[in-house]
Amino acid sequence: MSDIAQSTSQSPSKSDQSGHDHHGPAKGITRWIYTTNHKDIGTLYLWFSFIMFLTGGCMALVIRSELFQPGLQLVQPEFFNQMTTMHGLIMVFGAVMPAFVGLANWMIPMMVGAPDMALPRMNNLSFWILPFAFAMLLSTLLMEGGGPNFGWTFYAPLSTTYAPPSVTFFIFSVHMMGISSIMGAINVIATILNMRAPGMTLMKMPLFVWTWLITAFLLIAVMPVLAGVITMMLMDIHFGTSFFDAGGGGDPVLFQHLFWFFGHPEVYIMILPAFGIISHIVPAFSRKRLFGYASMVYATASIALLSFIVWAHHMFTVGLPLAGELFFMYSTMLIAVPTGVKVFNWVSTMFRGAMTFETPMLFAIGFIVLFTIGGFSGLMLAISPADFQYHDTYFVVAHFHYVLVPGAVFSIIAGAYYWLPKWTGHMYDECLGKWHFWLSMIGVNLTFFPMHFIGLAGMPRRIPDYALQFADFNMIASIGGFLFGFSQLLFLYIVIKCIRGGKQAEANPWEGAEGLEWEVPSPAPYHTFSTPPEVK
Amino acid sequence: MATVSHSSDAHDSHDANHNSGDHQSYYVPHQSHWPIVAASGLFLLMFGTGQMINHPDSPLRWLSVVGALIIIWMFFGWFRNVIEESMGGLYDEQMDRSFRWGMGWFIFSEVMFFAAFFGALFYVRQLAVPWLAGDGSNAMTHELLWPDFVAQWPLMTPPDTSAYSGPQQIIDPWHLPLINTVLLVTSSVTLTFAHHALRANKRGALASWLALTLLLGAAFLVIQAEEYVEAYTKLGLTLESGIYGGTFFILTGFHGLHVTMGSIILLVMLLRILKGHFTPQQHFGFEAAAWYWHFVDVVWLGLFLFVYVF
Repeated sequence: MSDIAQSTSQSPSKSDQSGHDHHGPAKGITRWIYTTNHKDIGTLYLWFSFIMFLTGGCMALVIRSELFQPGLQLVQPEFFNQMTTMHGLIMVFGAVMPAFVGLANWMIPMMVGAPDMALPRMNNLSFWILPFAFAMLLSTLLMEGGGPNFGWTFYAPLSTTYAPPSVTFFIFSVHMMGISSIMGAINVIATILNMRAPGMTLMKMPLFVWTWLITAFLLIAVMPVLAGVITMMLMDIHFGTSFFDAGGGGDPVLFQHLFWFFGHPEVYIMILPAFGIISHIVPAFSRKRLFGYASMVYATASIALLSFIVWAHHMFTVGLPLAGELFFMYSTMLIAVPTGVKVFNWVSTMFRGAMTFETPMLFAIGFIVLFTIGGFSGLMLAISPADFQYHDTYFVVAHFHYVLVPGAVFSIIAGAYYWLPKWTGHMYDECLGKWHFWLSMIGVNLTFFPMHFIGLAGMPRRIPDYALQFADFNMIASIGGFLFGFSQLLFLYIVIKCIRGGKQAEANPWEGAEGLEWEVPSPAPYHTFSTPPEVK
Repeated sequence: MATVSHSSDAHDSHDANHNSGDHQSYYVPHQSHWPIVAASGLFLLMFGTGQMINHPDSPLRWLSVVGALIIIWMFFGWFRNVIEESMGGLYDEQMDRSFRWGMGWFIFSEVMFFAAFFGALFYVRQLAVPWLAGDGSNAMTHELLWPDFVAQWPLMTPPDTSAYSGPQQIIDPWHLPLINTVLLVTSSVTLTFAHHALRANKRGALASWLALTLLLGAAFLVIQAEEYVEAYTKLGLTLESGIYGGTFFILTGFHGLHVTMGSIILLVMLLRILKGHFTPQQHFGFEAAAWYWHFVDVVWLGLFLFVYVF
């Protein structure tokens, strides 16, 4: 991090030209702890997210190692359960969400021409809660009875009646993550609604800003519901209530309803900002304006609104009334329409464009193709009668990893390559970037494509052992998992190399990139847009 | 800290501001140690509370108290900073709008927090309890689990009476809860009078109406406590008495916590008013407190209707 500290502050000549660099960063560690600077906080979020990505990734590799062959070789089933649970929790709350918040912190103020986030001190607090929350979550692995072992969806009664004692600390750590997310989201909304440069009307906002505005709304709407449901868990476990116990008149299925009322919008919280990033990169490297800007905005809003009325498609097999099965099946399928609009617009943007294939564009195209595969398998899962076969199999695992890994994670990587020149002032190593892309692309497909087949054939998820007929595909998936995982170390190397040096980046290193962030020097001065630009 | 290092620039741009639009003087504080204090305090509070619950004998449980004290200290320090900056003229209209958006969306998040509990209440009443009694396609559920179970609301006899005893009686809505409804609705009115007095710059009336609001809030809390004592000692209505007790206490309990928080906020506003803070034009701190209080009031109306009356 100190490398970044130097590189972002080393812009004396350029920042003098821009004339609004009142303060450089403070010296030493307090720069990072006391900072109110959106770029510092963005950097903190991004590094934290990457550390969590590697942590969760190691857990995934434990899982894939155990599943390399049938039988129990490496870990006990109890520990395997903790690994699947913690892998999911860490990737969702520790890796993907903070990465998007980091990108939002770095880019939104620059994209809307604001001097900083609207509430800079609260911004710092939103970040610094996270290391504490995840330290507490990870510490449960060392507690008596082990860490959370009930799956990242923590269904009652597995997470209540049958939970290890450490569930108390799990609940409190999730409370802390929720507080952090809500404050972060409030900051994003206040920044977007209140801090735009004069002339930047809503329909002139860059799409990353639009998608984050809608994401922030989703976060504020559903994180409190998550807080509510874990509070009910805490009450059931320690204070004798019966929210999720039929013996007292409650219902375990109530847990699932509340959880997925949070959980489905949460899925879109992890993908809408990705749509925004892709909508920046595809036009830039196609050297064309984005096709269908307005329809992109409306599609994003539609997806967000629909996300509130589809939650029970995660629960088709719990015994919903028939009307519920039908309603949630059709409402879920409806989401394919706005999502289709998006994919259509990206492809139309590329159509007859003057395309080049730098690393961000490769990851963006990888995103479009592989996310669409994940979308289609989602459509298959939406068909309620068919879902009775797919439910809780590896087909589901394949589906959501396709939308989350080559979906959300690819978009984050694409965004990182796209904006690294702006952040560091240097170009990354294009050759290594392409290597990173192809290794990731091959690794991710080797890992997750075979899971479709073993899932359709009936292999259940979250089980450390499996029948012999699944052995070949599991071995392929494990090899792919290790390939994908270790490829990310190459990414780490590329980023560090880019921070430390490389070809000097121009203010706008990309021929076709548009937006206010490209009008400030690279690296971006510590303070940008102290005087707002005029947007025509 | 922040004020010192920044004040001269901010004042300059504040003056320039009158000529060239309100975007120029947006105040960005330089550095602050309060957020990390807050994060540490929150961590100690959460970790200590977890210890208190899981290992009641562990000395680590005292960390919760340490955390709570740190958080209280942080609130004093952080808000002192903000108040000094505000009264020092560092904030402009745009900053005011950031605070308004922030508070508005915070209250929306609180609405969704209560929505989770109301959702649970409606789900249990309309679906879970009837299903346990065999409603819809659940005849076998009823037959196999608790064939004697009869659906009713409020649920006086839970399915498994060996684990959950069920309340003997429930709270009569037309006694204490009605008084509380009157108290809280009245307090919203007196708070509005206080706001009008503030805008008319009648400081005496302002302080009196606000003090009266606080008294009404305190009276509400006393009566709520009285009701809880009655529920536990006379009615057998407890957390352990099945789903009615669970929904009753989680809804009224979190509401009561919010009234407590709101009262503390109003008390701080009263103390600030007595120190001469706020002007008829600039008083968002007061308005935010009022928004919060009205929100708490509206939640109570939902509680009164759906928890007590129907």
